[in-house]
Amino acid sequence: MHPDPRPLVLSLAGITKRFGPLVANDAIDLDVRAGEIVALLGENGAGKTTLMSILFGHYVADEGEVFVAGADGRLAPLPGGSAEAALQAGIGMVHQHFALAENLTGLENILLGTMPLWKLSLGRRAARARIEALMVESGLQADIDTPVGRLSVGEQQRIEILKALYRNVRVLILDEPTAVLTPQEADGLFATVRRLAEKGLAVIFISHKLHEVLALCERVVVLRGGAKVADRPTAGADRAMLAELMIGRAIPARERVPGAPGAAVLRLAGVYVGRPGERDRLEHAGLEVRSGEIVGIAGVSGNGQGALAALVAGLAAARAGRVEIAGEAVTGADPLARLRAGVGRIPEDRHRDGTIGGLTIAENYVLETIGAPENQRGGLVRRAEIRARASAAIKAYDVRCPGPDAAIRSLSGGNMQKVVLARVLERAPKLVLAHQPTRGLDIGATTDVHRRLLAARARGAGVLLISEDLDELFALSDRIAVIHAGHLSAAMPTDGLDVRTVGLMMAGHGLEDAA
Amino acid sequence: MWWDAFDILLQANFWAATIRIATPLIFGVLGALICERAGVLNLGIEGIFVAGAMAGWLAVYLGLSLWGGVVVAALVGAAFGLIHGTLTVPLGLSQHVTGIGVTLLATSAAYFGYRVAFPNVATPPRIEPFPTLDVPLLRDLPFIGPIAGQQTAFTVLAFLCVAVVAFVLARTPLGLSLRAVGDNPEAVEAQGLSVVGLRIGAVMAGSALMALGGAFLTLSAFNAFYFGMINGRGWVCIALTVFASWRPGKALLGALLFGALDAYQLRIQTIAGGMVPSQIFLMLPYLFSIAALVLVARRADYPRALMKPYFKGQR
Repeated sequence: MHPDPRPLVLSLAGITKRFGPLVANDAIDLDVRAGEIVALLGENGAGKTTLMSILFGHYVADEGEVFVAGADGRLAPLPGGSAEAALQAGIGMVHQHFALAENLTGLENILLGTMPLWKLSLGRRAARARIEALMVESGLQADIDTPVGRLSVGEQQRIEILKALYRNVRVLILDEPTAVLTPQEADGLFATVRRLAEKGLAVIFISHKLHEVLALCERVVVLRGGAKVADRPTAGADRAMLAELMIGRAIPARERVPGAPGAAVLRLAGVYVGRPGERDRLEHAGLEVRSGEIVGIAGVSGNGQGALAALVAGLAAARAGRVEIAGEAVTGADPLARLRAGVGRIPEDRHRDGTIGGLTIAENYVLETIGAPENQRGGLVRRAEIRARASAAIKAYDVRCPGPDAAIRSLSGGNMQKVVLARVLERAPKLVLAHQPTRGLDIGATTDVHRRLLAARARGAGVLLISEDLDELFALSDRIAVIHAGHLSAAMPTDGLDVRTVGLMMAGHGLEDAA
Repeated sequence: MWWDAFDILLQANFWAATIRIATPLIFGVLGALICERAGVLNLGIEGIFVAGAMAGWLAVYLGLSLWGGVVVAALVGAAFGLIHGTLTVPLGLSQHVTGIGVTLLATSAAYFGYRVAFPNVATPPRIEPFPTLDVPLLRDLPFIGPIAGQQTAFTVLAFLCVAVVAFVLARTPLGLSLRAVGDNPEAVEAQGLSVVGLRIGAVMAGSALMALGGAFLTLSAFNAFYFGMINGRGWVCIALTVFASWRPGKALLGALLFGALDAYQLRIQTIAGGMVPSQIFLMLPYLFSIAALVLVARRADYPRALMKPYFKGQR
């Protein structure tokens, strides 16, 4: 291989970070050159975030050093433990959770921290001129005079990038930037990133989406279990190969098997939930989920998925319209009645809504059925019974834990989700409401959740799968509906459906008219 | 009688009293607003009022000038702010509990200090308070003149503070960082600024203003320090801060509105006192506060990070 003529701008040498017995980063080397787009690929927990946190001074590395090119192009060590030092050295990062103050305008957010505190003026006019020039140069358009809390996620992200550019970054780190975007918005972002790279910006693109890595980046660095397992050009690599590097074993490609739909278990007609001003609402929604099929709901989060899930779970009532579950019309908000009617709920946030952290696994396992005769007699909890059945569930669902009496908060996300799955599926629900069931899980746990949902379908349950992950939706769903700003499209058969079409609908094209 | 009730509003005396009653509240609401904009609820306010009233007055009694007393009060307030800030910001203790603790501590310290200084005094010693303003031209204006003529330089300071706080919050890098740190401390940290420094600084500055509210009572409205003289004014400021949506201009409006109600109930008592028990009138300003909170607080736009401790490196 001939040497790369572009100058090095960032070099991590032998970075090691331990948290107790866990080695989060194990002697990681990483070089980045000007104008290069490098992917940092790895599963949750592979050490990507830790590595970047060290770069930004949130953590201090136990071993190893970071070198950054100075103004003269020579590499100099970066002092650890200081966000300011990283910013001074021209390193900028767009976090997955944006570091924006929502009560400030875009302009104010961009200016934050760029000048000494004790000045009598912000110099808005000069700043505005510079930001507008940056917008033209980079192609990033954003409203900088509205409090950012009122902007769309895509626009907030553009302001985050502008914020970095305003500080003259030479290395830009993007942490899972497409997680919150529609495919079209992601394409726009990629075009911008390429444009910035051509001008000499070095970009580190953190992701676990293989097709994005292959489409955007010229080099890919793969982390697994805290160690670097690959550092190679993307040319000549393919998805299967990267997946294997990332997980450490080959994953069999899955073929979607069609379900065998029966009678409707959920039927919505002309349903309204929430007030018209709210973003998370339903407007005249119609939907049918039949037994033995999986219906996917695609959409950027916050577009009404929460309202739909709350409606089905009985946490919210429909303002108007007809809701039928298992053939019976339901009204009002009554979660217990929904449970009895045969709805199994896998909540979006398993820590907040799915489990009670301080209770044991056994207690969480019977949380939804504690009033049933098998769990209580004469108002007294049948402890031995419950523990025995929880132990059986732990075995059946392969929950890695010390036992049924362990506090559920001590479990990893994947194992916690297995407990939730066991609770929901062991009751053989007629309708499974799976809201982001694999969010934050690694590939192994994700595969397990998918297998369980398919098994529930095979058993005859109807599954309503709400997800932001289009790959997941296309892999599992028999039909897919798209939700945007409270409007729900008709459910379209997945066979013959195109990702681009879904993407356009996620951005709102052709949805308001349809509704 | 209805005419009498309306006539009160036309008396310069009523408006002068409104401003006088509002002045300590203006200081208090501004102080609370600065703390909360930075993300820290300061329930030490009631005690800091007491300590400010006592410290400012004692300093003047011991020979300092009136403005010297004002400075001493502000410093004492800032010191209690430092206590509250240290406990709630880097240590992340409950802001409610700490605030109540600071109120108890500051109140007791003030009373104790008073007793140590004057072990055997039955009637509180007096000082010469701020004189009323006598501005040429202004005093000759009809209606306005008599109102302004009853105010002191301390009140002018309160109005100046509103303008300064509004300017700093809206127009300076410091104010920008302050507003940001109460909404999203991660964003502030990510820009290389110190969350702890900003928050403690804000709590100290806000507490200094609260102490000035107390000092106004002993150095301008009255001329001595009494036990129980603060009488819930600090708590009213906490409510008015929500009413003001954390904006200095609205804070001024809220304080004046409360002052006007209080001044009005004092006067309406003399008219309707025979028919209605006076306690009903005494309740009026507080009923107003509750009603205003019920109406405003439901849709209030609280600083997002209010009462949420921030620890570096924890996301």
